[in-house]
Amino acid sequence: MAELLQNLIDGLGRGSIYALLALGVAVIFGVMHLLNFAHGELITVSGYAAFWALDAGWSWYLVVPLIVLVSVATSLVIERVAFSRVRGADDFTLLLTSFGVHFVVSAIFLLYVSASVKTFSRPGWVTNTFAVGSLRIEVFDTVVIGVTVLALIGTSLLLQRTMFGLALRAAAADFDTARLMGVRSDSVIRGAFALSGALAGIAGIFWLMRAGSTVPSAGVNPMLKGVLAALIGGLGSLRGAVLGGLALGMAEVLLRSRLPDSVASLTEGVVFLLIALLFIFRPQGLIAVAHAERV
Amino acid sequence: MLEVSGLTTRYGEISALRDASLHVGSGEVVGLIGPNGAGKTTLLNSLAGLLEPSEGTVTFDGEDVTGSSPERLLRMGLALVPEHRRIFADLSVEENLRIGGITVPAGRRQPLLDEMAEQFPVLRDKWTTSAGYLSGGEAQQLAIARALMSEPRLLMMDEPSLGLAPVMVDVVFELIASLRDRGRTMLVVEQNATRMLEMADRAYVVRSGAIVAEGTGAELRDDDRLFDTFLGN
Repeated sequence: MAELLQNLIDGLGRGSIYALLALGVAVIFGVMHLLNFAHGELITVSGYAAFWALDAGWSWYLVVPLIVLVSVATSLVIERVAFSRVRGADDFTLLLTSFGVHFVVSAIFLLYVSASVKTFSRPGWVTNTFAVGSLRIEVFDTVVIGVTVLALIGTSLLLQRTMFGLALRAAAADFDTARLMGVRSDSVIRGAFALSGALAGIAGIFWLMRAGSTVPSAGVNPMLKGVLAALIGGLGSLRGAVLGGLALGMAEVLLRSRLPDSVASLTEGVVFLLIALLFIFRPQGLIAVAHAERV
Repeated sequence: MLEVSGLTTRYGEISALRDASLHVGSGEVVGLIGPNGAGKTTLLNSLAGLLEPSEGTVTFDGEDVTGSSPERLLRMGLALVPEHRRIFADLSVEENLRIGGITVPAGRRQPLLDEMAEQFPVLRDKWTTSAGYLSGGEAQQLAIARALMSEPRLLMMDEPSLGLAPVMVDVVFELIASLRDRGRTMLVVEQNATRMLEMADRAYVVRSGAIVAEGTGAELRDDDRLFDTFLGN
């Protein structure tokens, strides 16, 4: 029982980060039908920004907002340089473009920085734990879960209570009709990339704090988690993305602790197997989204 | 107010609309009638900026707006109630109206919402309901109210009575009549030619992608030959 509770807390912490990444993927997919395989590059770029800033003696208090800012800026630049040129293209072209961005960004760091791992110091509290009864709870997980809850509330308020949020939801439901209402496609798409970048930035803070290092290929893992979680949740559904992220985190933690030692290293594989099974029985993901037909 | 000259719109190789010319004066109600697939929707979508015409010009208030984006045309005062209504099903009735008023100054939005609530009692009763739960007739009224939220100077409607129960068809035509009586400029595509001709100051007959006749409602109604040839299908 205690072990299960322990797993749930660990899984929630891990899943929270995935949920933030998946939400960013879902927001972009909603407005422009782009499955963004370049999403993880936001963490690659902000990872290097964090490394350089910490190397120059900045404190983590300054690096935290820096990571979010760099992530938002990178998201907007990628939209401007790459995705704005293929707007309205078929889904496959968009997909290939995002793959291209993914490879180009990591290649830039590989060519102009270094292929080697850049490590940086992590804040001391990241490894601290506290005891509740027989449970050992990581301070880190508590902070991640708390911040994620706040970020989700903020996102929900933004979407429900502001004109921008309304425009974003309308555009996700039916882009052409939203434009007929006067919703500017530029503003809504850039807004979506900014929001997606901010969410990835928050996820990135924790990802980088935990990793304590970055490499040119650092974006692969967060990208996989974000895209997978969004797919599990049902692409385009924001609620589904959050749910998918939590489910993925939980599944990883539970499998890692429950599988016999000899196969524990295959956790990832088992997770993929489970995801494949999910799609056999529920190809639309956990939450199905009805999309207006694009004419 | 609106001048269209020699407009041609193609889908790939096929011209869905060829060399169409028409005009709508301020305060006029103009009908576009003709059989299914004649190119009426293509014409309206080209005027609203959803389709890019390959030839011809569109002038609105003396300004050349050919090929402008929908969001720019709306800001100039040209609104379209699209075919099949296209309301946002997951958004509430109120949110649908708010999005319709996204271009008006924030302070003007609430008075407009109040106006719509008063003018459309069926919508007021379902204010916070998801628009997906509305009946066809209610949804059509929402689509029209949503377009009115932008305070357009030219209101274009695409088949507002399509797929509605007969009693709702009456409601929609009464609504169009009351908008006309308040001096609203409208360009309306309708398959229900008889009723449209009663309503409109003038009308154009569209067939096979071209405008083949023009006249006042009465002229076109009395022209039996025209009526039989182009509409009696």
